Amino acid sequence: MPKRDYSLLGADARRAVEIGLATAEWYHTDVPRKEMKALMQRSDAQAIRDTELLFGAMILFVGLGIALWPSWWSAPFWLAYGVLYGSAMDSRWHECSHGTAFRTPWMNNVLYEIASFCMMRNSATWRWSHARHHTDTYIVGRDPEIAVMRPPVFFKLIGNFFGIFDAWTAMNRMLYSAFLGVHPEEKTFVPESEWPKVVRVARISTVIYLATIALALAMGSILPLMVIGLPRLYGAWHHVMTGLLQHGGLADNVTDHRLNSRTVYMNPVSRFIYWNMNYHVEHHMFPMVPYHALPKLHAAIRHDLPAPNRSIREGFAEMWPALVRQLKYDDYFIKRELPPTAKPYREDFHTAALGTAAE
Amino acid sequence: MSEWVDACSVDDIETEDVIRFDHGGKTYAIYRSPDDEWFCTDGLCSHEQVHLADGLVMDYVIECPKHNGQFDYRNGEAMRAPVCVNLGTYPAKAEDGRVLVQVA
Repeated sequence: MPKRDYSLLGADARRAVEIGLATAEWYHTDVPRKEMKALMQRSDAQAIRDTELLFGAMILFVGLGIALWPSWWSAPFWLAYGVLYGSAMDSRWHECSHGTAFRTPWMNNVLYEIASFCMMRNSATWRWSHARHHTDTYIVGRDPEIAVMRPPVFFKLIGNFFGIFDAWTAMNRMLYSAFLGVHPEEKTFVPESEWPKVVRVARISTVIYLATIALALAMGSILPLMVIGLPRLYGAWHHVMTGLLQHGGLADNVTDHRLNSRTVYMNPVSRFIYWNMNYHVEHHMFPMVPYHALPKLHAAIRHDLPAPNRSIREGFAEMWPALVRQLKYDDYFIKRELPPTAKPYREDFHTAALGTAAE
Repeated sequence: MSEWVDACSVDDIETEDVIRFDHGGKTYAIYRSPDDEWFCTDGLCSHEQVHLADGLVMDYVIECPKHNGQFDYRNGEAMRAPVCVNLGTYPAKAEDGRVLVQVA
């Protein structure tokens, strides 16, 4: 297979449309309507409780960090604040972009805007990029949110545990949108009616960052940036760690989430930070199900899914060697075994995309 | 004006729910509101042509199962991104235990 072209304007993007991989029909496990209706039900209560806990912890940790600054005794509190800012906000951004966190729409929207800012994502652009990610999950040339491209670039993967390349790209894109308008690639998935909003959001974010930098200069201290901006770097590691597991080392250009997504059992702290997105096959198959119902959905359909990895460690032990192998063999991927109770993969349908890569 | 078409029994749809109805080469979605009123819209989401009957009805809102776009099913209004284009709506009513819709 020729080298993959991940550009949304490139040859693989055109090929995906030509062969019907774009906006295709995807495999779904059968779930009775009554059961699915119950799983999809929204509620404010749990998300309010989780959000109060999240912001309460952030205020506590940042307050202690500021109080103890510049002593090294402040470091643990910055690290804790950073993970909530630079990682927990990723999952809040994600769930609220689906509108499933709260039942009340304005609550989803408020948390979505805050979380988007913390994650250095344009709230207008990323709503649409994530819609495309769900339409064309890991379809090369179509999905703008492919975290691990082939062959993997390890210094970027590792650098992003500290947010380095993501933040650099985000800042460049923010300034581009603020001063030059919507980027040509983004025009492929953001409708024209939303372009003014993209520019407005970029300008507001630019003003906030400039004000923070001005305050830091006036104080002669990086303290303001420790509160706003830098936590996206020093707290990014958890969302990158969990995010890589979502699809890393699995198939691309297929239309069955069991082949390209990974469910991993995680500890309660990581599940709070990640808002249960460790049930990732389930989330992609049924994005209407809110985060708090994903464990129940998992129990309902696990008979049809590959066995989950039993821990983050086990997930990395499976994924990392596959990424290393993809350095030499772009087409290599992990094809996970289905249990006997599952409907088989449609080999006839996926053969062209899968080839003999798992050999 | 087109004729009323017999779509299903009133018992086929739970309160605050939706079903799919195919007729004349087109697909529709028929809704039963929380107050047992009847409504009918185009059956496919105007964003990416997904069947709305697999979505979630909340009060007078239908949410698309693929990208969580929302419509007011009473008038077809697109309410939440990524949907931007309104749905077509069609008259619907219940008579003698049957649901009738007036579709083209």
